[in-house]
Amino acid sequence: MGSTKDGATRRDFLYLTAGAMGAVAVGTAAVPLVSSMNPAADTLALSTAEVDLSHIEVGQRVVAVWRGKPIFIDHRSAEEVKEVRAEVDWHTLRDPQSDASRVKEGHDQWLVMIGICTHLGCIPKGSKQGDPRGEFGGWFCPCHGSEYDRSGRIRKGPAPRNLEVPPYKFVSDTLIRIG
Amino acid sequence: MSRPANTQKFDNCLIQWIDERLPIFTMLTKEYGVFPMPKNANYLWSFGGIALTMLIIMIVTGVFLAMNYTPNTALAFDSVQRTMRDVNYGWLLRYVHMNGASFFFIAVYIHIFRGLYYGSYKSPRELLWIVGVVILILMMATAFMGYALPWSQMSGWGATVITSLFSAIPVIGDGLVTWLWGGFSVANPTLNRFFSLHFLLPFVILGVVFIHVWALHVTGSNNPTGVEPKSEKDTLPFHPYFTVKDSYALVTFMTIFLSVVFFAPLALTEPDHFKHFNPMQTPPEIVPEWYFLPFYAILRSFTHDIYIPFTDIIILPAKLQGVMGMFGSLLLLMVLPWLDTSKVKSARYRPVYKWCLLLLLVSLCVLGYVGSQPAGGSLAVVGQVATAYYFLHFIVLVPVLGFVEKTCPVPASISDDPCCKH
Ligand code: HEM
Ligand code: FES
Repeated sequence: MGSTKDGATRRDFLYLTAGAMGAVAVGTAAVPLVSSMNPAADTLALSTAEVDLSHIEVGQRVVAVWRGKPIFIDHRSAEEVKEVRAEVDWHTLRDPQSDASRVKEGHDQWLVMIGICTHLGCIPKGSKQGDPRGEFGGWFCPCHGSEYDRSGRIRKGPAPRNLEVPPYKFVSDTLIRIG
Repeated sequence: MSRPANTQKFDNCLIQWIDERLPIFTMLTKEYGVFPMPKNANYLWSFGGIALTMLIIMIVTGVFLAMNYTPNTALAFDSVQRTMRDVNYGWLLRYVHMNGASFFFIAVYIHIFRGLYYGSYKSPRELLWIVGVVILILMMATAFMGYALPWSQMSGWGATVITSLFSAIPVIGDGLVTWLWGGFSVANPTLNRFFSLHFLLPFVILGVVFIHVWALHVTGSNNPTGVEPKSEKDTLPFHPYFTVKDSYALVTFMTIFLSVVFFAPLALTEPDHFKHFNPMQTPPEIVPEWYFLPFYAILRSFTHDIYIPFTDIIILPAKLQGVMGMFGSLLLLMVLPWLDTSKVKSARYRPVYKWCLLLLLVSLCVLGYVGSQPAGGSLAVVGQVATAYYFLHFIVLVPVLGFVEKTCPVPASISDDPCCKH
C-alpha cells in the first residue's frame, strides 16, 4: 500500500470516496421522495375563476372561491376610497402600499384580495354584515387579532403583510377573471 | 452448546434453550429484575412506566381505529362518526385514543417536571434528557397530526395555523408550507400525508423510547437526593420492590384515566371538533388541545416588530419572533444541562431554585389559561409577562443561581439522608 508522509493511505482515499458516493446516492434517492410531497400535476393545473360583479351593490362585500381559497371582493363607494387614501400616509405602514396600487386603474372602487390572514392563514372576519371589522373598518382576524384597513392593509396585530391581491383582470366592467 | 460468558443459568429448560441462542431472558433479568434502583425513589419515578403504558395503549387503539378510518376529505369525518355509532366498541376505541393522548401528555409532563425538580438532566444524564426532549417533540407532532384526522373545524383550522408557522421562515417559508400541504391550502393531499405520518411516528417514538431506556440503564435512575448511589445499601432490586410500587401507581393513574373516558369523555375537547371542516369559514376562536396551550400562548405573545434603531427596516417581524419563541421554548429544554451551573442536583437542597421552579410552573399554567382565551386585550399583557418569565428562568436565573445560591447541606449518601433512615 502506498502511503504519504502524513500516513494517509490509498485505502483511506477509497473509504472517503466510497463514503462520499454513498452520501450522493442517498441524497439522490431522497429527491423523488421529497418531490412527491410537492403539489401534484392535478393540484397545479391552474384553475381560473370568473366572478360576475354586476349584482354586488355599493358597500357590499362578497366572498368568492379561487384555488380553494376565499377571495374577498369589496365594492367600495367613491367617498370610502377617498377616505382610505387620505386617512394615513401609506409610507408609514408596516407593509407600505398605496390603495391605488392594490386596485386596477379605473376600477378603484373594486377591492379584490385573497381572504387569508398573512399571519397564520385564518380567514379574517368582516365580509358579512355584523361581523367585527376591527378598529380600521376593514377586516379583523379572530385567530390572533390582526386588523386590516379598508384597503386590506395590515394595521395592527401580528400579521406581517397586507392581504394579498391575486392575479386578476377585468374582462368587462362587471366581470373579472382571477388566475 | 456452551453458554456465552455473560448469560445466566435458568431452571426452565425451554427458557435456558432460548437464552443460549438469544440472551433475551438474561437481558430482562438484568435490566428489570435485579436492576438496582435507588431505594428512596418516590412515586414521581413511576411516571416513565406510566408514559410507556400510555404509548402502548395509543398504538393498540390507533391500529384498530385505522381499520375503520378513511383518509379522504370527503369521507374522513363520516368514517369517524361511523366508528362512534356503528362499529362494535368503536366509541370506546375512539374515546380511549382521544383521552389517551391527553393522559399521555399528563404523564410525560409530570415525568419532565420530576426531572427539573430533582436535577435529573445533569451529568451523567444529559443525553438521556435530550433523548427525552426528542420524544416530547415527536409526541407533539404525532398528536397534532392525529387531531387533523377527524377533519373537523378544529382539525382543519388547527392544521392550517400550525403549518402556516413555517411561512415565517425567511425566503423558503412559503415554498415550505406549500410542500407541507402538497397544495395551496390544507386539503386532501395534506390529510393523506398526515394519516401516513400519524401511523408511522408512534413507532418511531417507540424506537426512541428504547434508546431512552437504554441510556437510563447505563447511568441508572436519579433519586430525590440527587446523590448517586454509593453502595448496595443505597439501592433495592427493581423486582419486586419497584414493579409493585409502579403497578400501584399505574392502577391509580388508569383509574383516573378511565373515569374520564367513561364519565366525561368530551371534557377536554372543543365543540368545534364535532363540525365538519369548512375551509371558507374560520371558527370564532381556534383553541388547540390543552397540552399545546402554553406554547400557543408564547407564540401569540410576540406582537411587535423589531426595527433597526432609527430606521423603519424590520429585522425581526412579530410573526417570526413568535415562531422562534415557540420552538425556542422547547430547544431551551435541550440545552438545559449546560445552562444549569449548580453543583447540587436536587431542588430539595436549593432553597432559591425551588421557588423559581414553582414560579415556572405557575407561569406555564397562566400561559395555558391565556392560550385558551381569545386573542388581544389585557390578558395579552399577562401572557407576555409569563412568557418573559419562562425565558428569564432558563436563560438568566438557572445559570446565575448556580453561582449565587447558598445551598443546604447535601447528605453524603442516600442512606445518610434523614428521610431514608428507617
Ligand atoms: C404517540 C401516540 C399517539 C398519539 C399521541 C395520538 C394522538 C391522536 C389524537 C390526538 C387524535 C385525535 C382524536 C380525536 O380528536 O378524535 C388521533 C386520532 C387518530 N389516530 Fe392517533 N395517536 C397516537 C398513535 C396512533 C397510532 C399508532 C395509530 C395507528 C396505527 C393512530 C391512528 C389514529 C386514527 C385512525 C385517528 C383518527 C380517528 C379518531 O379521530 O378517532 N394513532 N390520534
Ligand atoms: S392568523 Fe390571523 S392573526 Fe393569526
